[in-house]
Amino acid sequence: MQLIFEKSVPGRRGIRVAEQDVPDSINLNAGLLRETPADLPELSELDVVRHFTALSRRNFSVDSHFYPLGSCTMKYNPKVAERIAGYPGFAHLHPLLPQLRLGGSLTQGALQVMYEMDLLLREITGMAGFTMQPMAGAHGELTGIMIMAAYHRARGNRKTTVLIPDSAHGTNPASAAIAGYTVKSVPSDASGGMDLAKLREMLTDEVAGLMLTCPNTLGLFNPHVSEICELIHSVDGVVYYDGANLNAIMGKTRPGDLGFDIVHLNLHKSFATPHGGGGPGAGPVGVAERLVEFLPVSVVVKREDGTYALEYDRPNSIGYIAPFYGNFAVVLRAYVYILMLGREGIERVAENAVLNANYVLAKLKDLYDVAVDLPCMHECVLSAETLAKDCGVRALDISKGLIDRGFHPPTVYFPLTVHEALMVEPTETESKETLDAFIAAMRELAELAHTNPEALHEAPVSTPVGRLNETKAARDLNIAYTPLCDCGNPLE
Amino acid sequence: MPFIANTDEQRREMLAAIGLSMDDLFAAIPPAARCQGLNLPKGLSEQAVRSRLADIAAKNHIDLTLFLGGGFYDHFIPAAVSALASRGEFYTAYTPYQPEVSQGTLQAIYEYQSMICRLTELDVANASLYDGGTAIYEAMMMAMNATDRSKVIVDDSVNPIYRVMLESYTRNLHIELVTSTNAGGHANRAEILAALDNRTAAVIVQNPNFFGCIEEFSDLAEAAHAVGALLIVSCYPISLGILKTPGAMGADIAVGEGQSLGLSMSFGGPYLGFMAAREKLVRKMPGRIVGETVDGQGRRGFVLTLQAREQHIKRERATSNICSNEALCALSATLYLSLLGKEGLRETAQLCADKASYAYQRLTAIPGVKPHFRAKWFFNEFVLDLPCEASEVIGRLIERGFAAGFPLSRYYEGMSNCMLVAVTEKRTKTEIGMLAEALEAVLCN
Repeated sequence: MQLIFEKSVPGRRGIRVAEQDVPDSINLNAGLLRETPADLPELSELDVVRHFTALSRRNFSVDSHFYPLGSCTMKYNPKVAERIAGYPGFAHLHPLLPQLRLGGSLTQGALQVMYEMDLLLREITGMAGFTMQPMAGAHGELTGIMIMAAYHRARGNRKTTVLIPDSAHGTNPASAAIAGYTVKSVPSDASGGMDLAKLREMLTDEVAGLMLTCPNTLGLFNPHVSEICELIHSVDGVVYYDGANLNAIMGKTRPGDLGFDIVHLNLHKSFATPHGGGGPGAGPVGVAERLVEFLPVSVVVKREDGTYALEYDRPNSIGYIAPFYGNFAVVLRAYVYILMLGREGIERVAENAVLNANYVLAKLKDLYDVAVDLPCMHECVLSAETLAKDCGVRALDISKGLIDRGFHPPTVYFPLTVHEALMVEPTETESKETLDAFIAAMRELAELAHTNPEALHEAPVSTPVGRLNETKAARDLNIAYTPLCDCGNPLE
Repeated sequence: MPFIANTDEQRREMLAAIGLSMDDLFAAIPPAARCQGLNLPKGLSEQAVRSRLADIAAKNHIDLTLFLGGGFYDHFIPAAVSALASRGEFYTAYTPYQPEVSQGTLQAIYEYQSMICRLTELDVANASLYDGGTAIYEAMMMAMNATDRSKVIVDDSVNPIYRVMLESYTRNLHIELVTSTNAGGHANRAEILAALDNRTAAVIVQNPNFFGCIEEFSDLAEAAHAVGALLIVSCYPISLGILKTPGAMGADIAVGEGQSLGLSMSFGGPYLGFMAAREKLVRKMPGRIVGETVDGQGRRGFVLTLQAREQHIKRERATSNICSNEALCALSATLYLSLLGKEGLRETAQLCADKASYAYQRLTAIPGVKPHFRAKWFFNEFVLDLPCEASEVIGRLIERGFAAGFPLSRYYEGMSNCMLVAVTEKRTKTEIGMLAEALEAVLCN
């Protein structure tokens, strides 16, 4: 498909800008101006609408396809949340208003949403206080580690190391490292959980804390999790709960009750806010009582008269990690979702998410390898290791075959601890009929791997482009459009 | 139950197929830590939740005429931006890990990167970052990584909201953060040059700066390069419709807040951090990058590229911990820039400058109101000296329906009478006139 730049026609205009209704046009000093206008495309509004409508049709999405991307919780995003986020009372609210004199009174609705969301998330997780500021899960991780560091600084602890299981998401070690810690990886045991004996060996006074995803990326809930928390606490360490997989346990157990000290949540996963093609997300962080003083400023409080205010005077806070209150419109969508689900709905989410994943596992484990032969939580990790060995059909080939059958593939080659991994997370919003269709496709593909593996190496064939040359993309780097002249060289 | 498809009957069938009970599925959870029912309110119907949220939204005052900016602006957003960005095919997709079924998102990001390069006149851009503040932080880390140095100089004419973020982020790291104090509304050349040495990774400045003054940083780029340091310029993308670009000034990295490109203010987010850089720095860039390639039949397509920089491959040695970007916000910015086009962006920027200039003339004609800086050129924001405390005056103007500006006392010592006024293309001559009358009336009482 042509790029928008290639559709540009000199002199064509999209929208008309506002009227020039002031007496003079100012001539700024030429030395401060750009020499030529930015070379943006010149199109009519209809050209733009057609272009992006055509692009949208080249995507799979939750609205159009089953999207069992493991670890990403691609559940349905309720339309009502979009509608509410667009209410002018929220969308047109300037973030600096509360910093004006008596400005807090101008934004009581927004402050109420954040205050009540704090209370709702505390109840769901068992933590003592939340910040809504982190703008994504990884940003929440960084915030959490900064809180961990502030705690140790306040206690006079000399801690250098953060422990992370080898099955963790890559963001965990990256977040701990950029916050200034040395990262040590704890190996998994044969059952896919963290190796407790190794953890004990690695536990020294230098350990600042442990980051744990629970259930882990194999979809397994570690039954020793409370014991692990106690071990870390025994060296005055802090236990961090990566909330990527909270969808499995909401309403069933709470990280706070399990012994965790810091929690980040991915609102775009468990709380149904849209993934947006890769963001925006939101990663609120909750902490146990002894860490509340370190939360970022500002914090929303409720005054005795029932009004809400932003509190800035928090001397032990880690400071500002976002300019304002985080991705407010994302928090708002998640708030709407929690209000609609209510107490019972939250618990049903976990039950149906876990049920759906186990159903897929039960119906496929005879044809695919399983990482661990145990019931899973919200996602199951299958493997194409035997298919790869016997037929030369890899996880990637299976995933491309799924595309031709109208399914977005599962996450492949993650977790890194499983060869040829296919990580399937159906989520609770999918029906048995959809799962049955997916299971049938997966079974057909396993069979095809034996009878006609070549067909799978060629997949997908139904998409606008086939498998793309990623090596070429990295070698002949082209990440911004440069028009070519007739001779084929870039125009200067 | 809303948003859950399976019926009770189906659940029974599925459990039978699995051969376990629902309790069995949760057996790994330690009994002592099991919930006995959360203390949450009962679920609401869509009708009830919309009515409730409409009441809450009504407690926010959006009827003020906004002359409030400070890096976050009330620009006009064409209807086609949200109409296209709210297509489910875009907003309910995720990171384009499977390129064959994500060409829509991937091509849109490639077009976004191309537009950011053209705006800033730099070679390469990433797929976006969280916001303008974290973009400065990421640029700082990138510069330290590229130069293997740990000293950074930032002028206090850079948005103070972002500077306090930098302080938070660097507290646990071994970074020497030197802040220079602006001279007459411009980045302080003397202090920056005095601090600049061969341990310096980067100089961070902003254009137009926080006070609205237009800067020319070619001298700083030259000085920074002479000692092997990088120049990082934070910029306001609308202004690049007319102003000299970071690329033309010799900057190495340009970053900024993209909210002004078609995103609603939404009480602070989600917004859009953009980043562009010289080609030689591309492998030090944080975040996702989309590149062009071909499929087996030679057809053009797009993929995520240079992923060896990223956390899911490099883990603790990654250039950044970032995973999600702000793809949907980047899409909105792409839509906005496509609709405005070459001339539309230039006209919008010029209109902002024209209207701000008119507002400046009207407001400084009021007895007792004076420009704070002698700096001659500003874009769409300027600092006024009032005869009394700015926060007091702003409070009284709110009563008259204006968010007239931002009081600088919050972040700058000795500026308690200073008010930062912003004017976008949305403000009309009439509104500007009414603000002038209201300010005069408030000052006289």
